[in-house]
Amino acid sequence: MMFTWAWVLPLFPLIAFVLLIALRDVIEKRLAVALSLIGIGVSFGFAVYLAWIGVFQQSVIQTAKYQWFSIGGKPLYLDFMLEPLNIVMVFLVSLVSLLVQIYSMGYMKDDARIITFYAYLSLFTSSMLGLVISANLLQIYFFWELVGLCSFLLVGFWYFKPEAKEAAKKAFIVTRIGDIGLLIAIFMIFQKVGSFDLRVIQDAVGSGVLTGGALTTVAILIFVGAVGKSGQFPLHTWLPDAMEGPTPVSALIHAATMVAAGVYLVGNLFFLFAGSEVALTTVAYIGGFTALFAATIAVTQNDIKRVLAYSTVSQLGFMMLGMGVGSVYASSFHLLTHGFFKALLFLAAGAVIVALHHEQDIRKMGGLWKHSKWLSIPFLIGCLSIAGIPPFSGFFSKDEILYAIQLSGKKDLLVIALLTTFFTAFYMFRLFYLVFAKKSREKHEVHSIPWSMKVSLAVLAVCSIVGGFFSFPTTNLSAETITHITKLPGHAPLWLNGSAVGASLLGILLATFLYVWRQGSAEGLAKRLSWLYQVSYRKYWIDELYQVVFVSSLKVVAWFLNGFDRFVVGGIVRFVGWGTMSIGRLGSMMQNGQNQTYVLVSLIAFLILFVSLVFGRLIG
Amino acid sequence: MLIASYLALAAILFVIGLMGVLTKRNAVIVLFSLELMLNAANINLVTFSKMGLVPNLNGQVFALFNVVVAAAEAAVGLAILFAIYRNRETIDAEKFNLLKG
Repeated sequence: MMFTWAWVLPLFPLIAFVLLIALRDVIEKRLAVALSLIGIGVSFGFAVYLAWIGVFQQSVIQTAKYQWFSIGGKPLYLDFMLEPLNIVMVFLVSLVSLLVQIYSMGYMKDDARIITFYAYLSLFTSSMLGLVISANLLQIYFFWELVGLCSFLLVGFWYFKPEAKEAAKKAFIVTRIGDIGLLIAIFMIFQKVGSFDLRVIQDAVGSGVLTGGALTTVAILIFVGAVGKSGQFPLHTWLPDAMEGPTPVSALIHAATMVAAGVYLVGNLFFLFAGSEVALTTVAYIGGFTALFAATIAVTQNDIKRVLAYSTVSQLGFMMLGMGVGSVYASSFHLLTHGFFKALLFLAAGAVIVALHHEQDIRKMGGLWKHSKWLSIPFLIGCLSIAGIPPFSGFFSKDEILYAIQLSGKKDLLVIALLTTFFTAFYMFRLFYLVFAKKSREKHEVHSIPWSMKVSLAVLAVCSIVGGFFSFPTTNLSAETITHITKLPGHAPLWLNGSAVGASLLGILLATFLYVWRQGSAEGLAKRLSWLYQVSYRKYWIDELYQVVFVSSLKVVAWFLNGFDRFVVGGIVRFVGWGTMSIGRLGSMMQNGQNQTYVLVSLIAFLILFVSLVFGRLIG
Repeated sequence: MLIASYLALAAILFVIGLMGVLTKRNAVIVLFSLELMLNAANINLVTFSKMGLVPNLNGQVFALFNVVVAAAEAAVGLAILFAIYRNRETIDAEKFNLLKG
């Protein structure tokens, strides 16, 4: 089946973006929102159609390519691919974007710059859709940077808050470090293979043009890009700070879609990783470490969005771990279900924040269960799903990853994964109990939440429940494909299922014990284990470490450069200016309009001429 | 040696005129000084026509022309001075700076 219209997927949100940006001063708010929704709605329609033919009917979708430009006789193509992984990503991105845009109608309705907000959201959706269907490294990089730009714009959307400004800057700079890795990898590939086309590169790997050390280097550099985008250790610090942006943005960009782009990239370029054991091991251990590391931080955070942010980092690490042990299937599946339940959790958290008049500190919350079932039930579904309790979607995907780890035979990673599962369940239910269960310490008047938020929450809740029952689409191996997604052989053994669910239940039990049965005992425990508590609460002092090691040292360099610029370069510039001005002043002193001065000047000039002529005569 | 005294007179008159042109503030006196310089030149012309290497009448004729030109110039100069005075109520040469760049 041929689908030559792949480029229309990102087109409609892009049109919406252009219209909204161009007309933002004249257009009616409702009309702008409607335009944006139509743009993403059309894309979502295409996504559903593609999912229907590509996933349910299992047909292979061919796409057309168009010449973009050519350098040195090498043509570069605008090239798209619609393999199952791409289709699922398109579906996830357009669905979550649509729901977040609907949700924002309620969340952002009092914001004066709502049209700009929708414009940015549309641009983001457009670039993200472009990213997940690109079959060309240069094109991928192009969209990769565009989503980074949108992240910057949206994190800093409330730029009048200094924290938001700082966070936007941090998000941009830290991901940029990773992007450099990706860019170098792209250059290296082009140097070796002479093409950006994924299919050509795949052939090159297959035929041995790109092997050994070069392949390992390239794969690890691409992983560096993914580390930056997906908030993996050691470049994870930007993601929790990015929570300064509006909550719908956190749900869309920093939970469900953009941060998963790193995982998607590793999955899509898996043929590069598959050839290098070192690269795979790196991915697996970085992922595993991040998963556990972020989960332990999330245990002590007090800002509702920060808990969720660290949980996102942790879950992304989990997906990377799945990639690292060689299962694109398992981690893409987790990427999909995580997209649903994490967007759900963030949107529910946003609704909690709205309901409590923009209170984000969970220590000041409590007792919301009775107030709004529309809030608490979706949140509970999200928690159960992320904790991996059957039959919620998280259980199935997490199970696949655990099974993939077990198949790879890396026992240490399996232990890490199970520990992460335990911590995940614990901090999610700590959050749940603190927000919904115990009595509120401060009396809040609870806002009702608008219908648009309820709709989004309901749809995502349904997705989180049923998402696990659909198995992730696998590639048709008889066809020419770039990513091979194959199911894991057989089923996970019962003891593995049992221990995963057991770890989750243990986490939930501990949370219940500490925050429901023995309220207040958590503080006591924190005091007794104050050293551990501080390590987690201060996020392992990673931010402070970076501040000292990188930021300060760079500031010293910047100080020198600033001095050089100000005094040496600036000095030369000022001297040239001063010299020119002095000459000018001298000239203008003569032009004073006094005839008598002019006469004097011409007299002196005449005398000089006369004297020099006479002396010239005498000497010559 | 007679010629030297004529020429010295002319030179002294010329320098006095030049000093007047360069230093006086009153525009009328500047005009007078101009006349002095012109007449110094006339004395030179007449001196050389009488005592030069080739004495002839050309120099004297030229001096007569010069007197006519000087008269015309004085008339024009005074007219300009009147015009300026009507407009600016001053004949101070230092205030005449309309040519300033």
